[in-house]
Amino acid sequence: MSAAATSLMDAMQQEERRRLDVPRGTELLRLEHASKYFGSVVALEDVSIDLKAGEVHALLGDNGAGKSTLIKILSGVHQPDKGRYLVEGQEVHFTSPRDALARGIATVYQDLAMIPLMSISRNFFLGAEPTTGWGPFRRFDVETADRISREELLRMGINVRDTAQAVGTLSGGERQSVAIARAVYFGARVLILDEPTAALGVKEAAVVLRYIAQARARNLGVIFITHNVHHAYPVADRFTILNRGSSYGTFSKQEVTREEVVQMMAGGDDLETLGHELEEFARLDDERVGRMLPSEAGAGAMLQEMGQAFVAEGQEAERETPPPR
Amino acid sequence: MQVTQRAEAEAASRPPTAQKQAAKTGTLRRLLMRPEMGAVAGAVGVWLFFALTAGGRGFLTLRGTANYLEVAAQFGILAIAVALLMIGGEFDLSIGSMIGACGIIFALLSANFGWNVWMAMLASLAFAILLGIFNGALVLTTGLPSFIVTLGTLLMIRGVTVGTTRLVTGRTVVSGLGDLPGYDAIRDVFASKLTIGNAGFSIAILWWLVIAALATWVLLRTPFGNWIYGVGGNPQAARNVGVPINLVKIVLFIGTAVAAWLVAMIQVLGARSADVVRGTGTEFTAIIAAVIGGVLLTGGYGSAVGAVFGALIFGMVRQGIVFLGIDPGWEDAVLGAMLVIAVLVNRYVRHRALGVRE
Repeated sequence: MSAAATSLMDAMQQEERRRLDVPRGTELLRLEHASKYFGSVVALEDVSIDLKAGEVHALLGDNGAGKSTLIKILSGVHQPDKGRYLVEGQEVHFTSPRDALARGIATVYQDLAMIPLMSISRNFFLGAEPTTGWGPFRRFDVETADRISREELLRMGINVRDTAQAVGTLSGGERQSVAIARAVYFGARVLILDEPTAALGVKEAAVVLRYIAQARARNLGVIFITHNVHHAYPVADRFTILNRGSSYGTFSKQEVTREEVVQMMAGGDDLETLGHELEEFARLDDERVGRMLPSEAGAGAMLQEMGQAFVAEGQEAERETPPPR
Repeated sequence: MQVTQRAEAEAASRPPTAQKQAAKTGTLRRLLMRPEMGAVAGAVGVWLFFALTAGGRGFLTLRGTANYLEVAAQFGILAIAVALLMIGGEFDLSIGSMIGACGIIFALLSANFGWNVWMAMLASLAFAILLGIFNGALVLTTGLPSFIVTLGTLLMIRGVTVGTTRLVTGRTVVSGLGDLPGYDAIRDVFASKLTIGNAGFSIAILWWLVIAALATWVLLRTPFGNWIYGVGGNPQAARNVGVPINLVKIVLFIGTAVAAWLVAMIQVLGARSADVVRGTGTEFTAIIAAVIGGVLLTGGYGSAVGAVFGALIFGMVRQGIVFLGIDPGWEDAVLGAMLVIAVLVNRYVRHRALGVRE
């Protein structure tokens, strides 16, 4: 069992060495005309995406657009019903996330990445612990684990006071960053980040965006899944936009403005119009307030606020999200 | 490479005093945040209490110490194995009837069927390992809470043990083990006394300490120990990074079963007789000792050292009350109160460990 873990670790570290040899811009993976059906439900229809070394590719789409199905295909959880999946030009048929991991494709999930009560270094090496000693005295090399995790985090620009502190003491953004650093250390050449900024405040999201940019600087390919354009736009080089299981296509940053991306994501509707509509609903509700129960009276005002916030969000996020590095 | 150099330069440019201070507070905080700290403080408090109140009645003598350590040792062996299992996120209530079953199997095979005592001991051990695998497999395949599953096996094992023993012997007690050939040798291993000064210290204390050291080593210094914490803390995350969570849990269930077997051997060889009801109630005392020792009921956090001190508190309270000469009924009241306090302290420690950000 531990032999399996060790051999996986070796394979991953070989990948790390190979990663540095790959010239920037080399194609790492490509999915061609992939479709996925669950019974009669069409989860994905004829979607293509590719990723190059040293690039951040944002995968955008609203809830239910097929983002999770697509990343599950890329990370080996699902197999596409139609279409081809190529890693470095070779067609692959992954049957588990382990297969994808062995080819250097690591997925960092938003919630399932870390164990809060365990220390940073123990989390970092869980499942691939370095050992020292011989025979029955072979033991978990805690010193090496501490040293490497500290070094790797420093390389990501995170300076932890104590690698023995519980991961639960870290902020959400730092936790995501530790998970990213871990994937990078174990030889990931492709990082698939599932909504890494979704549950985070503006400042915390900025921290994670910085680490994404840092991973790109280390010649990794990053697929960044989000439904927040304001997080994706500053850091991404290309965008693939999904809507109801199909792709609107892939665009480079030079081709589209932020507003165009937002429009495509919303399925062609103008968000500002939507915002004004919400305000209109709110006014109509206020007229009915007299007939409402006291507890419902606040709902109209709340809806109106939401409408205004929707319009304001665009400009606000622009100010608070840091520029791409 | 550039990034590394820059990071190193940054680390070097920080003032050394700040670094030293960070390390110092880190060490102190780490010590205070250890899961067993509450139990260590509790053990010191309980010892002081009985030293003051029952000191003149023999609690402080070597003999008194040997007395409560012997009681604590049996609790402790179980509590350590249960603590490891609980850190791994599961419970095992079946140890309560496994002690009786293992003892009876040893006694029946050696006394009624004429087996060599060592062979009977190994057969009893093999039975315990199989029960552990059975418990683990049942929990994993059904996906039910282990609390319920092992409550079921607790009753099943006791029922089968009582039924079978009555069928074979007509009674529920197998006695007269002292006359068996080879009895003295096997008793030396499990139930002898080591004389220090004027007091006989039970060899169970040695077993207890060896198991504590072994469990601590496994938890803190082996990959398997890391897996135990991972499996209990977040099984899904542990599985995602390649930890064989089924294997870890089954090994932990085997651990509690083997601990129950060891306690059975200690009790049966000490008493020269086996009784089907031996071990009744220990399923809860072991959990209580583990929780007093800082193990979280929800898994993923705790230590073997904590379980040692939890059991020590148990032993001191149980025997201390005897030394005090008051009604033994008070024991439960004291232990119940300590359990509630321990859970509150644990919750506080966990919040501190997770919540504080300076």
